[in-house]
Amino acid sequence: MQAFAYSNPASVADAARAAAVDGAKLIAGGQSLLASMKLGLAAPESLIDLGAIAELQGITVGGGVVKIGAMTTHAAVAASAEVRKAIPALADLAGHIGDRQVRNRGTLGGSLANNDPAACYPAAVLGLGATVHTNTRSIAADDFFKGLYETALAEGEVITAVSFPIPEKAGWQKFKQPASRFSIVGVFVSKGPQGVRVAVTGAGACVFRAKDLEARLAGNWSAAALAGATVSADGLNSDLHGSAEYRAALIPVLAGRAVG
Amino acid sequence: MNARSGFIGQKVERREDARFLTGRGQYTDDIVLPGQTHAYFMRSPYAHARITALDTTAAARAPGVVGILTGEHFKAVGGLPCGWLINSLDGQPMKEPKHPVLAGFPGGKVRYVGDRVALVVAETLDQAKAAAELIQVDYEELPPVVDALTAPQAGAAVHEEAPDNRVYQWGIGDQAGTAAAIAGAAHVTTLSFRNNRLIPNAMEPRAANASYDVHADSYTLYVSNQNPHVERLLMCAFVLGIPEHKMRVVAPDVGGGFGSKIFLYGEETAIVFASKLLKRPIKWTCERSEAFLSDAHGRDHATTVSLGLDKDGKFVGLQVHTTANLGAYLSTFSSSVPTILYATLLAGQYATPKIWCAVDAMFTNTAPVDAYRGAGRPEATYVVERIVETAARELGIDPAELRRRNFIRSFPYATPVGLTYDTGDYEATMARALELADVAGFEARRAASAAKGRKRGLGYSAYIEACGIAPSSVAGALGARAGLFEAGEVRVHPTGKVTIFTGSHSHGQGHETTFAQVVADKLGIPMDDISIEHGDTGKVLFGMGTYGSRSLAVGGTAIVKAVDKVVAKGKKIAAHLLEAADTDIVFEGGEFKVAGTDKKLPFAQVALTAYVPHNFPHDKLEPGLNENAFYDPSNFTYPAGTYVCEVEVDPATGKVTIERMTACDDFGNVINPMIVEGQVHGGLAQGIGQALLEHGVYDGETGQLLTGSYMDYAMPRADDLPSFTVETAKGTPCTHNPLGVKGCGEAGAIGSPPAVINAICHALGVKDVPMPATPYTVWKAAQSAAR
Repeated sequence: MQAFAYSNPASVADAARAAAVDGAKLIAGGQSLLASMKLGLAAPESLIDLGAIAELQGITVGGGVVKIGAMTTHAAVAASAEVRKAIPALADLAGHIGDRQVRNRGTLGGSLANNDPAACYPAAVLGLGATVHTNTRSIAADDFFKGLYETALAEGEVITAVSFPIPEKAGWQKFKQPASRFSIVGVFVSKGPQGVRVAVTGAGACVFRAKDLEARLAGNWSAAALAGATVSADGLNSDLHGSAEYRAALIPVLAGRAVG
Repeated sequence: MNARSGFIGQKVERREDARFLTGRGQYTDDIVLPGQTHAYFMRSPYAHARITALDTTAAARAPGVVGILTGEHFKAVGGLPCGWLINSLDGQPMKEPKHPVLAGFPGGKVRYVGDRVALVVAETLDQAKAAAELIQVDYEELPPVVDALTAPQAGAAVHEEAPDNRVYQWGIGDQAGTAAAIAGAAHVTTLSFRNNRLIPNAMEPRAANASYDVHADSYTLYVSNQNPHVERLLMCAFVLGIPEHKMRVVAPDVGGGFGSKIFLYGEETAIVFASKLLKRPIKWTCERSEAFLSDAHGRDHATTVSLGLDKDGKFVGLQVHTTANLGAYLSTFSSSVPTILYATLLAGQYATPKIWCAVDAMFTNTAPVDAYRGAGRPEATYVVERIVETAARELGIDPAELRRRNFIRSFPYATPVGLTYDTGDYEATMARALELADVAGFEARRAASAAKGRKRGLGYSAYIEACGIAPSSVAGALGARAGLFEAGEVRVHPTGKVTIFTGSHSHGQGHETTFAQVVADKLGIPMDDISIEHGDTGKVLFGMGTYGSRSLAVGGTAIVKAVDKVVAKGKKIAAHLLEAADTDIVFEGGEFKVAGTDKKLPFAQVALTAYVPHNFPHDKLEPGLNENAFYDPSNFTYPAGTYVCEVEVDPATGKVTIERMTACDDFGNVINPMIVEGQVHGGLAQGIGQALLEHGVYDGETGQLLTGSYMDYAMPRADDLPSFTVETAKGTPCTHNPLGVKGCGEAGAIGSPPAVINAICHALGVKDVPMPATPYTVWKAAQSAAR
């Protein structure tokens, strides 16, 4: 790992200012960035640590929405009685990200800003139709995820919180790659204020909605509605752990199990 | 179990665990020497390339650099040796091209991704790494040879000496007789499959710390290794030419080896050489991603097997052809693994009258392949137990019944492939395994799974293995370039306390406990009065080390023989003190007694007399009480058992869940049942890892390692495994060692893979599923079965 400068500003405004400098990189829980730095895949000149900013922490529930601060750890979301009551599938998802160490360091905002193609949180954000709040604006989930490790965030833009509309029903199924235990395919389904949504992670370059499956579930929210459904393998990932066809086949199976 | 015993057969807690579990182990990387420097190896990024230019000028000027060595420095010394000569069927010796310590010199070639090009020694590791980036190497890329099966037609040669990439073409058994038996068989079952390449992944990566003492003109090497005397012998005699008495090798606490730390590697050899050149101690600790590239890998066979059966289901012939991938160079014992340690086990537990096995071994542009937990025997067991189970399913005979019809029932039994089994009771372990696994209740469980849309299957494996590689004379006749005995020394101190020196090496096996149990039992003294020393050529007289489940059967026996000498001398001392005839003295319960009287002396008093010999038979005996013994066994030992695996398969995802894993093993006599059970648990985890998860994969076009980290190489984790049912059978004691012990370290890894795959095939109703049976692989098999 190369040497780098480090600061931990106390406000979002200070963090955004510092992050706008060339060579600077925001760091949240560091569960992806630090590993990249250790492998020499990333070499930022300075790290702006968001860990000291109190306003990025915490969970509130009200007005039909669960709002989670960007620096809230996966473990905190998983353990939150309010989240477990309002959106149990979201708590379940958070409670199965990575391993215990990752869950105690990794954060919601960090996961979304990184937008790993196999990350769990993007599936929940897209699958619930959540809104991503930043220091400058609010971005609908459908507009946030742009591609492989690519989001709508501008340089230096800081995610502050995410608002999850509370659904009537939601479910999460993660089918793990045996080695990394990231999703080969993960599917988040919900029915609620944002309609019927089926969000798929791990299968493509970026989280996406399976619209055909949504249409089937919109008429009949049941696993049976997905019987015989197929998803096109076009554009899906192929690697040692599964072909595009395998991933395509898993999507309706997991969606059905997520519906319950 | 010995009824008189205080210690043998007891579940004594491991004495070494307190230091390991509290982080107080002393591993090679924990050792820091005065003036310590750090090594970094620059490695080849290409699978196959010629080096056209190499310039270290800029790197040598980088901050903190103490020295840079390339292949030029090692041109005058030997290559890394291979310890076992295999001759081809035509009588030609195997191809044995030089395995350079460092491959980096202009005109030289790199032969796998991770091949050592240059060594950078610096004040800190970061400085060494930074300097390595300044080494200029021009590579001319060559087409890589990746797959062993197509290596002869690859159109490129890994070594000029082997233009068709063949190391040897070897065979064992009766070729014509087997062909005739199969031609005349009522039924023939044939299978072709791979035995997947594994990457060892010991918890502690390889590490070494070498220093040269100018005053004594001698070297000390700390190294994470399973056999320090062998390491010293090979490095001194075959590579560097250092006088053997001028080198001390210490293998301190070692965090797992599984075979991968048997071998002499270029890394430690290079830093020993450099330590004299640079006059500084040099430490190298392998990083995990570096270990994936550079540790010797395991397995990697491609096999076609045919089993002929008569109309009653009796085996009439077994015909095997195996292509073994040995990687880019011959690692220390690589040549023996797919031959002597493999094909000799192909009789399994069965009285198959005719067996023929041919083996083609290939060079490829991949990491060297060598012994890994089981070494040849898992591959053999996979061949035998997959083909037997498949034949049973094809014939509609219960797989246990088919085995029963073919078991060897009379001992000693000479197999058609060179071994003589001394003892065994295969029916007993199988019957008990079936009972423990509740095979009777399987159909009900299968119906319950079916109701959930899952497929349940049952698979068996009745393995045999050969442990405690020996005797030396036989091994020598088969091409071994080393002896296969073990040495032990019993040093009785004047107070009656005892230090045992053993040439075996513990890297997780628990020798400090098991060996102390044996000695405490034999001498009738507390275990606390005994310490076990191992892993230091400066302390231990000699040793062949630990591999092949040989420590107790061979190393333990050497200790017992030395203890017997101590007791024999003690009797003479006691006879003198008690004024009795030598022959009237008996030793029991830690006391020397005059038979038939109440006259006796405790062990400690006799020990004291040996060192304070005021009243001593000086005319007949030397003072002191210190004995050593070398033990060369007369045969292998043959542990055997039956494993039963029950799986549930989710056909929609391909996910396999092991619902039950049952192991019933015959290890002969057992010294510490808890340690034995732990060894079986670990072996099962590794065997299940091979069957379901682990796979070293190289890109077929580029020769790049695709599974170079835990992101893609799946190690078995606790939630991949069921709670095991493990039982050690009452057993048939080994007939040719005094403890009646066999060996338990590899059994789990040997017996379990075919049981798992047999169970998956049974669940899906398919003939074969390749290893590792990952969800993707199993899903594909389920898809094709459904069509």
